[in-house]
Amino acid sequence: MVVSANIPLGSSHFLLKFTHKEKLPEMLPGQFVQVRVDNAPGVFLRRPISVNFVDKQRNELWLLVQKVGEGTRKMSEYKTGDVVNMLLPLGNSFTMPQSTQSRLLLVGGGVGIAPLLYMGSLLKQQGCNPMFLLGARSADGLMQIDDFKQFGDVFITTEDGSAGEKGFVTQHSILQQHIDKIYTCGPTPMMQAVARFAQNNAIECEASLENKMACGFGACLCCVTQTQSGHKCVCSEGPVFNTKELSWQI
Amino acid sequence: MADLKIRIGELEFKNPVTTASGTFGFGEEYTDFMDLNRIGGIFTKGTTIRHREGNAYPRMAETPSGMLNAVGLQNKGVDYFISSIYPRIKDYDTNIMVNVSGSTIEDYVATAEKVNELDKIPAIELNISCPNVKQGGMTFGVSCAGAAEVVRAVRKAYSKTLIVKLSPNVTDIVSIAQAVEDEGADSVSLINTLLGMAIDAETRKPYLSTITGGLSGPCVKPVALRMVWQVAKTVKIPVIGLGGIMNAADAIEFFLAGATAIQIGTANFIDPAISVKVVEGINEYLDRHGYSSIYDIIGALEA
Ligand SMILES: Cc1cc2nc3c(=O)[nH]c(=O)nc-3n(C[C@H](O)[C@H](O)[C@H](O)COP(=O)(O)OP(=O)(O)OC[C@H]3O[C@@H](n4cnc5c(N)ncnc54)[C@H](O)[C@@H]3O)c2cc1C
Ligand SMILES: Cc1cc2nc3c(=O)[nH]c(=O)nc-3n(C[C@H](O)[C@H](O)[C@H](O)COP(=O)(O)O)c2cc1C
Ligand code: FES
Repeated sequence: MVVSANIPLGSSHFLLKFTHKEKLPEMLPGQFVQVRVDNAPGVFLRRPISVNFVDKQRNELWLLVQKVGEGTRKMSEYKTGDVVNMLLPLGNSFTMPQSTQSRLLLVGGGVGIAPLLYMGSLLKQQGCNPMFLLGARSADGLMQIDDFKQFGDVFITTEDGSAGEKGFVTQHSILQQHIDKIYTCGPTPMMQAVARFAQNNAIECEASLENKMACGFGACLCCVTQTQSGHKCVCSEGPVFNTKELSWQI
Repeated sequence: MADLKIRIGELEFKNPVTTASGTFGFGEEYTDFMDLNRIGGIFTKGTTIRHREGNAYPRMAETPSGMLNAVGLQNKGVDYFISSIYPRIKDYDTNIMVNVSGSTIEDYVATAEKVNELDKIPAIELNISCPNVKQGGMTFGVSCAGAAEVVRAVRKAYSKTLIVKLSPNVTDIVSIAQAVEDEGADSVSLINTLLGMAIDAETRKPYLSTITGGLSGPCVKPVALRMVWQVAKTVKIPVIGLGGIMNAADAIEFFLAGATAIQIGTANFIDPAISVKVVEGINEYLDRHGYSSIYDIIGALEA
């Protein structure tokens, strides 16, 4: 994959766009890629990153990344034309709703909003009207809002109140409305709070997990999460799970 | 094109490159990335008599030039392997060898007996060394008496090629290899993971749910090479070398140290097609140095 753009977003995030000489394989919303980060001595394993968006016309893959350590910092230095080795696409995907009339809410926190953009674009394409509820610590952590707005209404919370409603996503007033299905990705405590809300209100809920991974394709069994039917691999049997299936204490 | 064929006991391998237990699933996980028929063999995920859930998450921590794992032998048990996995993988044109683990001698024997019945499984690898199972492998693999006892029992029950995988977490790996050879093992493979741990200073907590785990990857290669060299010059049975092999040059080092075959483990996670590339690289090395057979470099260290 060849870097076609590297766009800084706020102080700690960036958007990478990649092209490929061949047609990109079909990618599903919720799937991820495993990036090999070269020339970073402290980085041994590949780094899993969600598919943020696929621009079919331009044959482009987007990754939205937060700088947290050496691997993601190295990725933030990629320049147009750099060649990056990645395995893709990996994992399962969010499931489409039964009806285009369903009221769908996509809830993302921090960089966890990444897979929701692609999911939202496909929902819109299929005739649904998805709503997005995006949370961040502060306005600086909000990204791609204009992109999300192309596909549906956007609602925002920030913990410090610098944008949207003040507080956590689960405190937003949009949750007072009727909702049929929730798709969520973000920090585990946020997803658990969302899953609890969904459970209490009998709403279907799918969450995309971000467990630590070694291989990313089901070979090492390092990334498991506990489910009603035992340990499952987040990389190959997930990353998306119906929250009813997970053994979360919520 | 040099001759890459090797023999372990009665068993012939088309080339000396195999994949290490626990890093290659049952092979199927890799078919999107490579042609399984091109490698010499596959060692399956550790298999036990009954289903095991394995250890709690988190089970993995990245470390300098390597990783720690504490998977804890998660597997669905030997009966599930036989009914559901074996039929799907048995016809690959490569040696598929089951890695057998257990926490009692009876469990090892019962699992080996069941695998003995499978026509297309020509060998087992007895894991007497997994450091993750509380009262399991470790107790057999760390003493000569324990290692001898389990190999003796399994040798009686298993008629095909018996490979015994040794733990590096011992004072004298050579004496354990000798004890295992004396009980009729056809080969020894080494090394399994080195016991280690990792701590998050910020939270003052261990990274692994089990606190300690098994270290693998390039950081263990010097230890693995030293042990393979010591064991290979002492025992008469063939040695299978592994630990931190990332490319063909690493593999060559193990042959020079005395290994007859090698296994690739953690490297598969970084490049899932690495094993095929290592086969090609070994061939290229032999051609470049004018050797006609892999046997020309086995134990050829000039010291
Ligand atoms: C399926 C999946 C999809 C992901 N999608 C994205 C994405 O779209 N964008 C993005 O920015 N990140 C994503 N991540 C997280 C990303 O993989 C990690 O942030 C990255 O591996 C950190 O690498 P590093 O070398 O920069 O940091 P490291 O030096 O490895 O770690 C720095 C800090 O980050 C923490 N960390 C490392 N891995 C994870 C993880 N998996 N989850 C939470 N914390 C972690 C470490 O504990 C440490 O405190 C995803 C993870 C998974 C499993
Ligand atoms: C995630 C993981 C799981 C493993 N599981 C097993 C196992 O089930 N049985 C076994 O004998 N060895 C197991 N091992 C050890 C490897 O087979 C190998 O001995 C070790 O990783 C050293 O080789 P490497 O550095 O090439 O990975 C495992 C290693 C890893 C990294
Ligand atoms: S990361 Fe290896 S099985 Fe999921």
